[in-house]
Amino acid sequence: MAETMQFNLVSPERSLMSGPVLSVEIPGAEGDLTALPNHAPTLTTLRPGILRVETEKGAEEYIVTGGFAELGEGVTVLAEKAMHRTDVDQATYEALVDEAHQAYGKAKEVFKNEPGPVDDAVKLLHDMVAIGGKIGLSTKQPSL
Amino acid sequence: MPSLKDLKNRIESVKSTRKITKAMQMVAAAKLRRAQDSAEAARPYAERFNEVLGQLAASVAGSDSAPRLLRGTGSDDVHLLVVMTAERGLCGGFNANIAKLAKQHATDLLAKGKTVKIITVGKKGRDSMRRDFGKLFIEHVDMSEVKRVGYADAQGIAKNVLSRFDEGEFDVATIFYSEFVNVVAQTPMAQQIIPAKFDTAEDEGDSAATVYEYEPSEEAILADLLPRGVATQIFAALLENGASEQGARMSAMDNATRNAGEMIDKLTIEFNRSRQAVITNELIEIISGAEAL
Repeated sequence: MAETMQFNLVSPERSLMSGPVLSVEIPGAEGDLTALPNHAPTLTTLRPGILRVETEKGAEEYIVTGGFAELGEGVTVLAEKAMHRTDVDQATYEALVDEAHQAYGKAKEVFKNEPGPVDDAVKLLHDMVAIGGKIGLSTKQPSL
Repeated sequence: MPSLKDLKNRIESVKSTRKITKAMQMVAAAKLRRAQDSAEAARPYAERFNEVLGQLAASVAGSDSAPRLLRGTGSDDVHLLVVMTAERGLCGGFNANIAKLAKQHATDLLAKGKTVKIITVGKKGRDSMRRDFGKLFIEHVDMSEVKRVGYADAQGIAKNVLSRFDEGEFDVATIFYSEFVNVVAQTPMAQQIIPAKFDTAEDEGDSAATVYEYEPSEEAILADLLPRGVATQIFAALLENGASEQGARMSAMDNATRNAGEMIDKLTIEFNRSRQAVITNELIEIISGAEAL
């Protein structure tokens, strides 16, 4: 039997998953990473993406939109918004993209001369759009 | 002395009051369970979040690079009070207690010569604060449409507060809410959210044990997390408030139901006595009439 580690996925409203897992693929802000048991203690923020959890019974996928992950003795993912992949339909996805799109519009207005926050918003929007392609929904192209 | 008919009417009216309070009590009991469940469900997130944030904060504390949300603006002249109460009354001292604490706080600050700004969440708090501090109100967040408090609501309030902080409208923010102890006890609380405060004494033991790698840098993570921390704290407070409100309403309505019951008993005795008095009177009249013949 392969080595497992404790994994917790919690959102502000509830705990979505808790149990032993084999590995977790985390969409980190600086790039995806896969956490196996005994990973070095790491703290990373998340970008919108797909969190893939490999358990002994099979893989589970969750859509996360932000938050952070703590890798220590186990893995704890604190996601701002987290949904099981099967719960995300076209409408939910489009709502998420719209939200990111609005955030982008707002950032563009507020920070006219500072590219930093605007770039962040663009990145967020692109990440959000990319999720759609990955989970087999028709992607909603934003107008930039 | 009231007539028999009056008494009868009063008994009827108290009975229907009791029916209403009884129903409200049962509704509150059902809602309390739901509110407690969601407060419970939110706890792991808040705990973990504060733990990590506490560790991070401890490691950058004191340095100049610390974000403003942690460090503060360097002064404490302008205070923002976020007073969170219920949208509805009939819940005992719940709203009044929160408002009282907030008023106390505001009076103290004003006495020290500080500027106070107030944001109210929930109608009842606004109503009771308006008399004395109406001029200090800067915004009211209406929650009457919200059936069940979600994280998005907390995020909305947090965004509002944070954007005001970024504009330099205030230096210190404090939230007022009621902590749910149990059904009969709710403690009004004041909690400072900006600059963020952590129980550093507690974390020190753990943080020494694990040294984390940070991705991106420590400061970047902290800057990302602090605004979320504000939302998390507000969310936790809203949930506590929700549970407290229902708890307070439940015990207030329980009392009201009991009082109505006592009232009915008393009125019934009075009613029976007067009826008996009427009968006795009639008998005396008949007997004395018969004797006179």
